Amino acid sequence: MSERPTYTLKGDTGDWELVMGLEVHAQVASEAKLFSGASTEFGADPNCNVSLVDAAMPGMLPVINKKCVEQAVRTGLGLKAKINKWSRFDRKNYFYPDLPQGYQISQFDHPIVGEGEIEVDVEPAHGDPAYSFPVRIERLHLEQDAGKSIHDMDPTATYVDLNRSGVALMEIVSKPDVRTPLEAAAYVKKLKSIVVALGTCDGDMEKGNLRADVNVSVCKPGGYEKFRETGDFSHLGTRCEIKNMNSFRFIQAAIEYEARRQIEILESGGKVDQETRLFDPNKGETRSMRSKEDAHDYRYFPDPDLLPLEFDDLFIENIKANLPELPDDKRARFESEYGLSRYDAGVLTADSERAEFFEAVAKGRDAKLAANWVSQELFGYLNREDLELAASPVSAAQLGELVDLISNDTISGKIAKDVFARMIDGEGNPGDIVERHGLKQVTDTGAIEAIVDQIIAENPEQAASVKEKPKAMGWFVGQVMKASGGKANPGAVNQILKQKLGL
Amino acid sequence: MSVTKEDVRKVARLSRIAVSEDRLEPLANELTSIMGWIEQLNEVDVDGVEPMTSVVDATLPMRDDVVTDGNIQGQVLANAPKSEDGFFVVPKSVE
Repeated sequence: MSERPTYTLKGDTGDWELVMGLEVHAQVASEAKLFSGASTEFGADPNCNVSLVDAAMPGMLPVINKKCVEQAVRTGLGLKAKINKWSRFDRKNYFYPDLPQGYQISQFDHPIVGEGEIEVDVEPAHGDPAYSFPVRIERLHLEQDAGKSIHDMDPTATYVDLNRSGVALMEIVSKPDVRTPLEAAAYVKKLKSIVVALGTCDGDMEKGNLRADVNVSVCKPGGYEKFRETGDFSHLGTRCEIKNMNSFRFIQAAIEYEARRQIEILESGGKVDQETRLFDPNKGETRSMRSKEDAHDYRYFPDPDLLPLEFDDLFIENIKANLPELPDDKRARFESEYGLSRYDAGVLTADSERAEFFEAVAKGRDAKLAANWVSQELFGYLNREDLELAASPVSAAQLGELVDLISNDTISGKIAKDVFARMIDGEGNPGDIVERHGLKQVTDTGAIEAIVDQIIAENPEQAASVKEKPKAMGWFVGQVMKASGGKANPGAVNQILKQKLGL
Repeated sequence: MSVTKEDVRKVARLSRIAVSEDRLEPLANELTSIMGWIEQLNEVDVDGVEPMTSVVDATLPMRDDVVTDGNIQGQVLANAPKSEDGFFVVPKSVE
């Protein structure tokens, strides 16, 4: 693994650095809502998945969903975090049409999950190699989602749908350990892979089931190190919170814009106001969202409708006993069991379906070759076509068969790419494709020798000059391969050519 | 603790309660006296006493993750001053 690079932004007065902490909202995978028996299903008609509790009718009382509590604990265990056996729900008070209670039930100073830490992997980009870095988790708490306001159905009115109102969310808060836009996206990707592997959130960002708020500030080089030494936030700049982003691309674009905006303000002698901002993907910029006088004045207090949330060690142990293999553990196993590099193992284990697919292909075969075909060729194709693995035209069994054909020298790697393209076109199993199109590799040295002899005879000048210019050898290999329709075994061709040309 | 006219204005705004200008001062006085009364409680020594947020010594009852409610759009919208196509309709409010 490579060193973590330093990310600096050039300003008129010198270099600046970025500091970020993230708040990720992950919708808890559950059938019913956090405090009511209404369904959490996506896409229902407006206000149908709503109980009188979710609509905040007078006299309605919340009763907590046990599954949501288990899911929060499960996620906490996946984040290697402290589980708090005693936690409490508080009211976060604010007015908005899609919040019928006038407050959100959340957890303020006693969250269900405390401090943890995860290792985040950053893909190679902009010429920098892959690296990983730790992010400390500050807390995870349970809270209710709000309803949905729709502003474009009428020029003078807002339409409100409470179907989401009361759905359980896990808010996962990181410490300010993220330093580049790419790292911010990589952190969210890592959290997503953990919650999906745990089955505690489906991770569907398009539906908004996983979304991120990013706290961005800029400081001069050295400021962050002083902050880490002393814990004193005054070494960091004033932060702005960019709300509710549900794509990795938006997260990066918003941070890049926001950092520039803050640097421009500071360099022209201004002051950054601590505020909440929204990213507009169409304009590629952030804009102020809430008026400052009301922001962060939520007047939290313990919810008198709910008792403290308590459970015992047995409750935690039962959840621990049923944890699946986490992405990091799986990656470590792929490294040792299949001899893959950390990066390759990371790519293959970022998603449990993909990991399962790879294992089906690799089982009993050359794992490195299998990894190459799965991640480079198949995943490369799926990414280009924007297809899910479930929609792959090639099954694990078929790809495994292709790997077998390469391993036992039936076809060369080059021909295999041709066979793979035909598999994607739906031509069926690789063995049949090789038979049908006569793509079997020629390993019969007699047949290759005949071709070599013919090429040398037809090109006496090149044959004579090849001793002075050994690079011309490549030309001969190409000619022989071409004459054999790409089917000659490249190793055999090289050997015979060298022998015949006297090299 | 003394509650000022500005405190009342702010709290009223946060609570979306309309308070006319001439009521701010009298309300501030009333709230100040209420706060003074509550502050007497600070005289009690509570060192080493766990904060009590509930008067019942019970743990939070939990519910199974089963859908038992919903599909009552008519009831949910029954009291809405205005609704359309199943939505509540409220004055335009964009953040």
